[in-house]
Amino acid sequence: MNTPILLATTARILNQFRHDRRTVALMVLMPSLLLILLRFVFNSEAAFSRAAPALLAVFPFAIMFIVTSITTLRERTTATLERLMTMPIGKLDLLFGYALAFGVVALVQVLVAVGISLTWLGLEIGGSVWLLVVIAGLDALLGTALGLFASAFARTEFQAVQFMPLFVMPQVLLCGLFAPRSSMTTVLEWLSNVMPLSYAVDALTAVTTSSEITGELVRNLVIVAACGLLALVLGAVTLRRRTP
Amino acid sequence: MTSSAAVEVTGLRVHRGKRLVLRDVSCSIPQGSVTGLLGPSGCGKTTLMRSVVGVQIVSGGSVTVLGSPAGSPRLRNRIGYATQSPSVYADLTVAENLRYFCAVLHAPRSDVARVIDEVGLGGHESQLVSSLSGGELSRTSLAVALLGKPELLVLDEPTVGLDPLLRDELWTLFRTLAARGVTLLVSSHVMDEAARCERLLLMRDGELLADSSPDALLAETGTHDLEQAFLSLVRAKEAA
Repeated sequence: MNTPILLATTARILNQFRHDRRTVALMVLMPSLLLILLRFVFNSEAAFSRAAPALLAVFPFAIMFIVTSITTLRERTTATLERLMTMPIGKLDLLFGYALAFGVVALVQVLVAVGISLTWLGLEIGGSVWLLVVIAGLDALLGTALGLFASAFARTEFQAVQFMPLFVMPQVLLCGLFAPRSSMTTVLEWLSNVMPLSYAVDALTAVTTSSEITGELVRNLVIVAACGLLALVLGAVTLRRRTP
Repeated sequence: MTSSAAVEVTGLRVHRGKRLVLRDVSCSIPQGSVTGLLGPSGCGKTTLMRSVVGVQIVSGGSVTVLGSPAGSPRLRNRIGYATQSPSVYADLTVAENLRYFCAVLHAPRSDVARVIDEVGLGGHESQLVSSLSGGELSRTSLAVALLGKPELLVLDEPTVGLDPLLRDELWTLFRTLAARGVTLLVSSHVMDEAARCERLLLMRDGELLADSSPDALLAETGTHDLEQAFLSLVRAKEAA
C-alpha cells in the first residue's frame, strides 16, 4: 500500500463530492429524514426508541451501499479505472481511498442522524453516545465496503441498483428489526447469523439499553469491522488490471 | 529484436468474446518515433493499444514494451496512455484531474501547468470537465498522458473532433516529443493523418496490412496518396 496515493484518491473523491452538492445533501440528510418520518409514523417516543437503534444501523448501511456501488461502477465504465490500472496505483490504495472518503461522509451522516434522534425525536439511550456513533459509523463503512465489492459484479448502473435488494434487503429482514432473531426458524436464524448487519443491530441495541461494555458487544463490533475489511479485500481481488 | 525497438509485438492473438479480433499481429515500433496506427473503425486498433499498455487479456503471442513484458509493474510510470473515450473525471476541474493523476504518478506538481500549456488548455484550469467542449475534453485526457516523463505514449485517436489548427499544434507537439526520444503510438481512422507519421501500421480486420513508412508505402503500391495505398493493399490482400 502507498499512503500518499491512497490519500490523494480520498481527496479526489471528496473533491468530486464538493462539486456535487445535491448528492452530498441527499447522503447526509436522507437517514435523518427517514428517522423523522418514522418518529411521526409511530407517534410515540417509546415506540420510536425501540425501533430507532436498529434503523440507525440500517439506513446509513443501505444508503452507503447504493452510493458506493454506483460511484465505483461509474469509474469502471468511464475508462478512468482502465487508465488508473496502467499507473502505479495499488488496487488496495484505490479501494481504501474510496472507503476512507465514503467513511468521512458516512460519519457526518451518522452524526447528524444521531444528533437529531437524541435531541428532537426523543431517543433515549442508556450507554455512551460516542459508542453509538462509532457503531453506526462502522456500519455505514460496512455498507461502503459491500458496495465496492458488489460493483465488481455489475456491468451497468441498472444492474448495480438491482444489487441493493439482493445484498441489502435480506440483511434488513433478518437483522432482528422485524422479529427477534432468536424466534426465527433454524435456517433463518442461521442465515441471520452469517449476515454482518445482524451484529451491527445487536451492538446498537446493546448500547441503547445499557451503559455496560460487554464482551459480546466488543465481539459484535469486531465482526462488523472484520466483515467490512473482508469485503474491501475481496473487492481488490475482483478488481482486474487486465480485462477481456 | 533490435535495441532501438520500444515495442516489440510477436504473433499477438486476442479474443474479445468469441471473436478473434487480433490474428497473429507482429510489429515493432522504433524508439523516438511517431508511429501511426491506422485502419477503419473496428479493425483492432484499440485492442492492440490495450495490449501494449497491458490491460488486455491476450490469447497468445508476446508484447515487449521498453524491454519488459507489457503490463509489468515497472512500466507503470513509464507509459502515458489516453483511451479513446476521454478518461478523466467529469465532476472535477481540469486542474483537479491533473493534480490527482500527478499524485498517482509521483510526478512533480509543476507538471500540471506544463501539460495544460502543451495541449493548449490555458484559461480552462478551473473549469469543470463536464462543461468542456468535446475537443477540450479529449485534450484534457491527452494532458493526463503527458504527465511525468513517459518514455512511451499510447494515444487512442487523440485528435478526433479537433479543429485543423489545434490538430496541427498537437502533431507538432508529438514530433517535438519524438525528437526528445519519446516513442509515440497514435491511432487514427483518418488517412490524412497518416502522412504526419514516420512509421505506419495499417490494420484491417484484425490483421496488419503494412508496417512501413509513408514514402515506402507509396513507392511499394505505386500510388500518390495514402488512402489509395491503403485501398490497393486491401485489394491485393483480397485477390490473394
